[in-house]
Amino acid sequence: MDEILAKKLRILADAAKYDASCASSNAPKRSAGKDGLGSTTGAGICHAYTPDGRCVSLLKILLTNYCLFDCVYCVNRRSSNVRRARFSVDEVVTLTVEFYKRNYIEGLFLSSGIIRSPDYTMEQMTLVAKKLRRDHGFRGYIHLKSIPEASPWLVEEAGLFADRLSINLELPTEASLARLAPEKSGATIETAMGRIGERISQARAEKRRFSPAGQSTQVIVGADATDDSAMITKSAMLYGSYGLSRVYYSAFSPIPDASVTLPPQAPPLKREHRLYQADWMLRYYKFTAPEVAEATDGGMLALDIDPKLAWALKNRHLFPVDVNRADREMLLRVPGLGTRAVDAIIKARRHTSLRLDDVSRLTSGLKRAREFLVAEDYRPGATSQRLDLRAKLAEPAQQLSLF
Amino acid sequence: MLSEGADLAGFRRATRRLVAAGVPPERIVWEIGEATSLFGAGADPSDGPPLQLPRAVGELIPMVVPHSDPERYALLYTLIWRATQGERALLDVASDPLVHRLHLMRKAIGRDLHKMHAFLRFRRVEAGPPERFAAWFEPEHHILEAAAPFFVERFRSFAWTILTPEGSVHWDTDTLRFGPPGRREDVPDGDGFEAGWRDYYESTFNPARLNLDAMRAEMPKKYWRNMPETAAIPRLVRDAAMRTSQMIERGPQMPVKRDPVKAVAAMSDQNPTSLDELNAIIQRSEPLVPGATQAVLGEGPIGAPIAFVGEQPGDQEDLQGRPFVGPAGQLFSRAMEQAGLTRGDVYVTNAVKHFKFTLRGKRRIHEKPTAGEVSHYRWWLDRELEFVQPKIVVALGATAVLALAGKAVPITRNRGPFEFGGKPFQGFITVHPSYLLRLPDEEAKAMAYEGFVDDLRRIGDLAA
Repeated sequence: MDEILAKKLRILADAAKYDASCASSNAPKRSAGKDGLGSTTGAGICHAYTPDGRCVSLLKILLTNYCLFDCVYCVNRRSSNVRRARFSVDEVVTLTVEFYKRNYIEGLFLSSGIIRSPDYTMEQMTLVAKKLRRDHGFRGYIHLKSIPEASPWLVEEAGLFADRLSINLELPTEASLARLAPEKSGATIETAMGRIGERISQARAEKRRFSPAGQSTQVIVGADATDDSAMITKSAMLYGSYGLSRVYYSAFSPIPDASVTLPPQAPPLKREHRLYQADWMLRYYKFTAPEVAEATDGGMLALDIDPKLAWALKNRHLFPVDVNRADREMLLRVPGLGTRAVDAIIKARRHTSLRLDDVSRLTSGLKRAREFLVAEDYRPGATSQRLDLRAKLAEPAQQLSLF
Repeated sequence: MLSEGADLAGFRRATRRLVAAGVPPERIVWEIGEATSLFGAGADPSDGPPLQLPRAVGELIPMVVPHSDPERYALLYTLIWRATQGERALLDVASDPLVHRLHLMRKAIGRDLHKMHAFLRFRRVEAGPPERFAAWFEPEHHILEAAAPFFVERFRSFAWTILTPEGSVHWDTDTLRFGPPGRREDVPDGDGFEAGWRDYYESTFNPARLNLDAMRAEMPKKYWRNMPETAAIPRLVRDAAMRTSQMIERGPQMPVKRDPVKAVAAMSDQNPTSLDELNAIIQRSEPLVPGATQAVLGEGPIGAPIAFVGEQPGDQEDLQGRPFVGPAGQLFSRAMEQAGLTRGDVYVTNAVKHFKFTLRGKRRIHEKPTAGEVSHYRWWLDRELEFVQPKIVVALGATAVLALAGKAVPITRNRGPFEFGGKPFQGFITVHPSYLLRLPDEEAKAMAYEGFVDDLRRIGDLAA
């Protein structure tokens, strides 16, 4: 690999890393043809982990970090002084194919700064995907960032080649967008999401291929004053209205060359983690956004306990729940029991009556769960009514910095 | 006595015999070693009769056999024994200590397989063609055979070799062969793209989010020595705090370059400004359903008072690249002439711009576009009509109505002038000329044709 390409790769990978999504999941299962390259597994594969604990699954790069927009939270905004670079379409294709052959990656996640025009940029990104699929028989995963300001037909063409399309909302309210991302408009973004969502569901119904792994988005946490309950309400709306597969939460992270409007600060990682858990409540535990809001204190999720536990502590009258009798929906609300544990409980109790020991083999969250459940040989007793239960179950304050 | 590694066949033979002989698990000692030959070929005898096992048990066995725990066969045999002694739903009871342990073992195998698929790194041995790659990997369990098909499905088009301390596997673009153990030294110690990969790994790391526990949980240290990128980890970790505090201390920066206002203004002006530009975009674009020869564009003068919108190009239209030139198109031209309209004076186009068909023998049989495809092409049609600026737009058939109205509208009930909603032109609905061709009965055909010509006359009057 020559040095110029390596230099570009360093700049354009650095510029792309603030996008949280790296998932390679949900694509239809494919395998390589005779002369083709690549396959998809359904669940996706993380090929490495960086010391920030995040998975490296896709080659996540920008086509270019030149950008006409001036979003203050973004390291690539036009008023930033970072070094700029631009890949040619063929360079991205080569990097993807050669990295893939060495089993470094599952595929490509391509995004870009806006150059010349949104349409031109979108065309170039689609061209990369098209060349990979056409010229190299590439059957690995392709995630394209779509540009909401680009013409609809270009975004729709991208969906023919990509496994997933995404549009980043970045800021959950129109007011924050106006202040921090002056060229963007919430209405434009959501219109584009709606259109993609509609195309995806039509194509599924008509058994055509169009962004089969769905669409996702990202919102930045901690760059504006939006509280957690508003954030989750927004997510519930995005899942409901546009059929999103995922909403990613990205703690606002200090960037080199930060803007005056948004000075650098330590990223609120714990808050981001709690938002993911709350999001999980929406998607897997069948909570509604108002119920998640009940788990907050004045709109913010507690940092020392997980939101499902917070909800249960505020709704103690609904517990304890009998693991041998309760329905699935209620079992899912028990802190410390995940979907897998609940399914295993339901399966097992058809044949036997579960004791606490049995439950302990089905979940790793028994410490929390035991205060909220009844088993064949066990009742939680007085502790579950104690006022200091919360303190007992809270995680010890973690030291985030190592130094 | 079973052989080293994942001896599924040996375990199956032994189990069949033992169950048939009614030997309970506590009376068996499972031994693993290379001594199978001691018995001689004849001594490791016939299979017992096949067992009728619950499906879940049958599926679990091959997923636990590769485990490195020497107890694996004994545990599996106990499971099989209990299943044959009446506990057929045993695997559903995940809380049972035996089932729990086997589930954990299966999970460990799944994880080991997953990590092998994830963390194995190929290095190029020969530039080819065909290219040849090689890798060294140290799995925790006996999973080489189970892991290999994944690599075949993914890397079918080039040759590769995977070496492990227990055995090797080779793919020559056609067949998969298993061989003797390899050595780390048999794989070249570098690759032209490894430095680039390391660069990528370092650049994609965000020092402000350092979280070593999360990294180690997913990528335990034992895998590191065979992964080229991990060499950078100590330095990345050491420098992370400093890089982050520098970013925060350095604070906000004033931009050196000022806003390129002009470029931003130019950027918003990206929509096609003429019909030619729009047509160029349509021609460049992919057909939504693969197969069409070319996009068939609209035809006729800008400012034409009447625009006709058909369904989608047919076989002839697709080959010639012009709308309404097939049998239906010819009928349409004849009817227009009779109604006193000149084809050259009106604009004709289609709701969908690409031909869609199914092959029946050598014939390409027209296939109706789906609602999703129609809405996909709607953007272009709307733009196109904005440029042409007709006084009246005629929807020929249901697909055109769907495209113009954005929803399905029954044709027979709404035939005649129609308001498509929010459009700067009058609307009109009539049948598609191909409908006239399809009518089976000659008399009905003649009547329908007259009706169609009448509609065209009315349209001519409305546009005048």
